[in-house]
Amino acid sequence: MESYALLMAATLNAGTVLALAALGLLINEKAGIVNLGAEGLMLCAAIAGFATVVHTGNDLLGFAAGMSAGAVLAAVFGLMVIWLGTNQYATGLALSLFGVGFSAFVGIGYVQEKLPARPQFEVPWLADIPLIGPAFFRQHPLVYGAMALALALIWFLYRTRTGLVLRSVGESPESAHALGYNVRRIRMAAVVAGGALCGLAGAYISVIYTPLWVEGMVAGKGWIALALTTFATWRPARVLLGAYLFGGVTMLQFHLQGTGVDVPSQLLTALPYVATIVVLALISRNPAWIRVNMPTSLGKPFQPGS
Amino acid sequence: MTTPLLSLQGITKRYPSVVANQDVSLTVLPGQAHAVLGENGAGKSTLMKIIYGAVKPDEGQVFFNGQAVHIRNPQEARKLGISMVFQHFSLFDTLTVAENVWLGLDKSLGLADVTGRIVAKASEYGLDLEPNRPVHTLSVGEMQRVEIIRALLTEPKLLILDEPTSVLTPQAVEKLFVVLHKLVSRGCSIVYISHKLNEIRALCSACTVLRGGQVTGVCDPREESNASLSRLMIGAEPPALALTPKTPGAVMLSVNQLQLATEDPFGVDLVSIALQVRSGEVVGLAGVSGNGQRELMWALSGEDTRADHAVIEVAGQPAGHSGPQARRQLGLHFVPEERLGRGAVPTLSLAHNLLLTRSEALATGGWIRMGMLAEQARSVIARFHVKAAGPGATARSLSGGNLQKFIVGREISAAPALLIVSQPTWGVDVGAAAQIRGEILALRDAGCAVLVVSEELEELFEISDRLHVMAKGRLSPSLPRAEATVALMGEWMSGLWPGNTVEATHAQA
Amino acid sequence: MLKLEARPEASKLWGYASPVLALFLTVLVGVAIFMALGKDPVRGLQMFFWEPVKSAYALGELMVKATPLLVIALGLGVCYRSNVWNIGAEGQFVMGAVAAGGVALVADATTGRWIVVVIVLAGVLGGMAWAGLVALLRDRFNANEILVSLMLVYVADMVLSYLVYGPWKDPAGYNFPQSKTFESVTQIPRLMAGSRVSVGLLIAFAGVGLMWVYLFRTRAGFAQQVGGLAPAAARYAGFSSRKALWVALLVSGGAAGLAGALEVAGPIGQLTPYVPAGYGFAAIIVAYVGRLHPVGMVFSAVLMSMFYIGGELAQSRLGLPKSITGVFQGLLLFSLLACDTLVSYRLRWLSRRA
Repeated sequence: MESYALLMAATLNAGTVLALAALGLLINEKAGIVNLGAEGLMLCAAIAGFATVVHTGNDLLGFAAGMSAGAVLAAVFGLMVIWLGTNQYATGLALSLFGVGFSAFVGIGYVQEKLPARPQFEVPWLADIPLIGPAFFRQHPLVYGAMALALALIWFLYRTRTGLVLRSVGESPESAHALGYNVRRIRMAAVVAGGALCGLAGAYISVIYTPLWVEGMVAGKGWIALALTTFATWRPARVLLGAYLFGGVTMLQFHLQGTGVDVPSQLLTALPYVATIVVLALISRNPAWIRVNMPTSLGKPFQPGS
Repeated sequence: MTTPLLSLQGITKRYPSVVANQDVSLTVLPGQAHAVLGENGAGKSTLMKIIYGAVKPDEGQVFFNGQAVHIRNPQEARKLGISMVFQHFSLFDTLTVAENVWLGLDKSLGLADVTGRIVAKASEYGLDLEPNRPVHTLSVGEMQRVEIIRALLTEPKLLILDEPTSVLTPQAVEKLFVVLHKLVSRGCSIVYISHKLNEIRALCSACTVLRGGQVTGVCDPREESNASLSRLMIGAEPPALALTPKTPGAVMLSVNQLQLATEDPFGVDLVSIALQVRSGEVVGLAGVSGNGQRELMWALSGEDTRADHAVIEVAGQPAGHSGPQARRQLGLHFVPEERLGRGAVPTLSLAHNLLLTRSEALATGGWIRMGMLAEQARSVIARFHVKAAGPGATARSLSGGNLQKFIVGREISAAPALLIVSQPTWGVDVGAAAQIRGEILALRDAGCAVLVVSEELEELFEISDRLHVMAKGRLSPSLPRAEATVALMGEWMSGLWPGNTVEATHAQA
Repeated sequence: MLKLEARPEASKLWGYASPVLALFLTVLVGVAIFMALGKDPVRGLQMFFWEPVKSAYALGELMVKATPLLVIALGLGVCYRSNVWNIGAEGQFVMGAVAAGGVALVADATTGRWIVVVIVLAGVLGGMAWAGLVALLRDRFNANEILVSLMLVYVADMVLSYLVYGPWKDPAGYNFPQSKTFESVTQIPRLMAGSRVSVGLLIAFAGVGLMWVYLFRTRAGFAQQVGGLAPAAARYAGFSSRKALWVALLVSGGAAGLAGALEVAGPIGQLTPYVPAGYGFAAIIVAYVGRLHPVGMVFSAVLMSMFYIGGELAQSRLGLPKSITGVFQGLLLFSLLACDTLVSYRLRWLSRRA
């Protein structure tokens, strides 16, 4: 039973990375912009965070560095896509490819580095409840942060006027522009906010989740996060749930490998990717359903004054 | 001498390929309904966008209530008291009516407050509207009401309406005019953009006419005739078309009780459509958009092949499951309402665009004979008087009217047995429109069967032998042209034809 | 201030000039990077632009690298022109290599030369099958091909890893994860003595010609591209979007698989976990920089190979990490996308209004 509690804890931990990134991407996509550069962005943020903690020993600074790296790269992406009108998919891909190379390049000196001992967190009293304690209450604060973020986004998107404006920009930038809203600035704000969150997710990976630096260590989580926003039909609560589900699949793989089940380790490693494909296929099956939930202008270019 | 509410002086706006407005002046008095008349491409929309703050003029000045103003964006226009109802709605489909209206107002009010005001204003003007319905469930006429309420809630001093009646039945137009007369009597000025002479005369006491970006005249429309207004608008009288009587021949298109559910969550189901078109006649399909015309066109052109195979017959052959290419083999050619993006690929040349529906320039194995293709394009361009740089010009470099002439020409020069045309002269200038209608009639005289779908009743009256009306996915019985009147067509557009069991609840009115 | 103004017609001049400008900008940034790292920028530029072309042997090595890039890019060009976003060419490359390697392992000392043909075919089929999965999921389930093809890259890597760590591991290989070295009879024939360039290069050039004819002179190619340019027009014309989807993915998958076979039965000569060298991703850039045009891609493939070789030289001679290649490749694509704006828009200097 003990091990199930630990599995639960590990799931929440793993899911947090996906949740933070996917919620960031959700903000982008609600405004109509799809950022395929998430993977590259997260890698750059991961090395930025890791390097910062190596040099300063301060985790918070590491997270700040990750968020800044994410925000800066997202801003470059945003400038190109929103002001220069470049193709969103191609530009996002370019960002990913660049990010993979750039993070490997910058990170070469950090491969053998180690971080100072990782702090252990626990919520007083609640952490001592048998089973539930170790499962839920011995987590890094960002784990709870991700949950709070999801709730905050629900409130923001569906209960505030600014959130409504954001959604309307994603629905029909032409109409929003005709009504006098500065579509470009609103989209840029969404892109930078989303980038900062992806950056936070990236930093979390290298500073907390697996505290080391290896080239390509994000291992596709950026892409899985992109898939997540689609299967969660762009709703924050579903994104959170989906993130934990996927975190669970990833942890299951380690658990199974640990219990010596006679399955080749590569098959288990491939599990999260296969799972993503399967869920994507099942969810996308009904195009009408996707159409009703998807921000209508997602991925399409918008030029005011045309 | 009353101070004009709005005075535009010497407004000029240039775009890279055209001068949209050249030294334009406009004077609107308080409490006046002022028409801005001009054909497509005359510069009306640009002028309105300047007033509304969406576009900045290159030269000229704008005065509001005697004061010079620089309107930098729509919010500033709204603060001055200028409000606009757009031709192409600025609505958000998945949001509710109240949310849509709220977005068009400035920040200070809460959603609940706005909802209350919507209900109050709606009942004050007799406009029927439920604030909590998502906009995509509304009919086109209802969507326009949302736009109007949104404008009215800003307590405007000046309301601009851009071609508001293209989406309304004749009865709905009357209701709209009641609302507008009420507004004017309360001291609000109206700027009414249109190319429909009867409406302008019914509503407005002043009219500024634009042609080619310049003002050609200012008058009182009630004192002018159609002929004099047309002369100001297009420089000449509208050409008259003669309909020679003809006996129709064999049935080229037969639709027998077509039932088709829509694939689009926002679309319209087709119910029991029964229709026949014979050689040597033009059948007109009237109706406001959003009543299933789009779905019917997809089913007839072969872009939607879900109909039962025998339900649609082309030249006597079952074709329900056949795709567009197979139907072309049977002699069916189709001109869609969207030109760029559907009728033609914008970035490809005119010659390449021929390959979408014509295969004469292809050798065995599908090899494209480029020389022959260019020749073919040249001949279409010449025969249909298309103004283009040559067969290599890209589709998007042509004006709307010229591109439509090319597409119509492409289909007509294929010598079809059956031609289906959807919205033949949408957004096309008067000269090209007259030419296109003339070509359609010539085709009919030569023995082709023609089906024309159009929102413009006058156009259908001009060229059709018989008429049908589409309402809510159903098709009315056929009506000979001689028996069709605007009032009757209007009733039928609300679904009120004999034998129709569908309640025309909040249909189009 | 600077403003972008739409051009009435796309600028032909900038269509050609934009990649050149993009390269120039990339070089500028490259020089800045070299200087920031305390390396001599002139030597750096030499590594990338002079060394790879300075001798016949160097040119040969350049072509060895360019061959798989060009082959994959040709396939991707067809795919992207159809508006199908196959990002998983890397995975299709690996599976082509696996299939080819599987056939090669069957050969022994007595096998005839014919096995080379089978190996190449196996590579093509392997890549096609892997891309076919993407097509199936998009066709039947409407699943986004970008994400599926990418996920399949990770899965392909796992398949390769499983095989070389497990059933296909060379028993005489000191427990290293690698397959047996393939018999020499399986080697893709070299083009000339003294160089590692193989007939793959001829296949690549043949591919350039074929692709040109297909895209610009056949109705099938026309129909394929209309789907990418204007889907509603394709539907109107009656061009099957389903067919276009499958053709796009099978062609690009087959091309990537072919490249995998040429590499694995060529320069590499066995299956190892290092078979995936990122060519599938680099080819995306080759396709773009080459403007999705077969002749343009020849030039961009050569350019990207120069980046690869330059990166290796920079590592051995200047002590820079090899990943600098990835940085330049990414930068090139970014600059190209930005410079492409000039094709549709003009830059104007507008004075501030009073």
